[in-house]
Amino acid sequence: MIYLELFLSFFKTGLFAIGGGLATLPFLYEIAASHPDWFTAEMVADMLAVSESTPGPIGVNMATYAGYSAAGVTGAVTATLSLVLPSFLIILLVAGFMAKFRENRFVDDAFLGLRPAVVALISVAFLEVLKTSLFHVESFLASKNFAALFDIPSILLFAALLCVSHFFKKLHPIVFVLLGALVGIIFKF
Amino acid sequence: MWNLFVAFFKIGLFTFGGGYAMLPMIQREIVEKQKVCTEEEVLDYYAIGQCTPGVIAVNVATFVGYKLKGFWGGAVATFAVILPSLLIITVIAACLSSFSSYPAVQHALAGIRVAVAVLVFRTVCQLYKKNLRSFFAALVFLLALIFSLVFNVRSVYIVVGAIVAGILFGTVRRAKK
Repeated sequence: MIYLELFLSFFKTGLFAIGGGLATLPFLYEIAASHPDWFTAEMVADMLAVSESTPGPIGVNMATYAGYSAAGVTGAVTATLSLVLPSFLIILLVAGFMAKFRENRFVDDAFLGLRPAVVALISVAFLEVLKTSLFHVESFLASKNFAALFDIPSILLFAALLCVSHFFKKLHPIVFVLLGALVGIIFKF
Repeated sequence: MWNLFVAFFKIGLFTFGGGYAMLPMIQREIVEKQKVCTEEEVLDYYAIGQCTPGVIAVNVATFVGYKLKGFWGGAVATFAVILPSLLIITVIAACLSSFSSYPAVQHALAGIRVAVAVLVFRTVCQLYKKNLRSFFAALVFLLALIFSLVFNVRSVYIVVGAIVAGILFGTVRRAKK
């Protein structure tokens, strides 16, 4: 029964992939190796490309894609829901626990350390975003030419959007995403 | 309930690049517009989403939904945040398998990545202002940054370490008083 197998494979992925979307990648390769009739390892690379270029969490996108290539629309729904189910259950448990123990002083103390650490992790993610969007690190390493490091049009767009966000503080994030897409298409980024 | 669904559907639809790119959208839709969570709470959810299994964006959605409307709130928010992916990816997988190799798509994405960088930058600045006020917070921040950037320590361990540091610090501070 393919749906049951899909359920088990993606439930396992959702349960053990800790730390966000890309953590699901090794599990997908594992599934490709054990079920070559669903999808192949080469297809995983395509799935990643599509998942990164479409909206939505990358892990969810990849599960939908993998499920679809294994068993059509029903497969896509099965794989996606199975991926989400373990974290859904665990978060419900944690949320219930937190509601009960929010007054506990140890829980309170834990958050003293937790918040600045998460801000640091978000900063690291931001640096990663900056690296891929404004700089050509690989072509710089290949050519050793310092000028090749900077993606000038992207840096200009970054500065321009930053000005926009400074003067129009109420502008919705969606506007920025659409502006970015528009400028990207018009100026062939 | 409907507002919750619409908010998370929008978040799922306009988040490019996974978990952290979602933060500015959540900030706007959940914290500023609907005023149902504080910024600190969202940050706590990220911390927990980071060290629990699964996709971080989905974990945060479940958390916010649960806080607002209990079990069904959690279910609705989770479903709403994954629904855009489900629809879009299914269509692409069915008829546009070369989607990501179209030049227009790649140009648009390069532009979107810059926009996302600006949005995340704005959020990060806000977070600095609000969360790094004490010496202890700044110290934990720096250590976490160094462990992650220089030593490539996995986020789970950093989170666990920060929890231990927080509990130790809190206990010592109380003992002194």
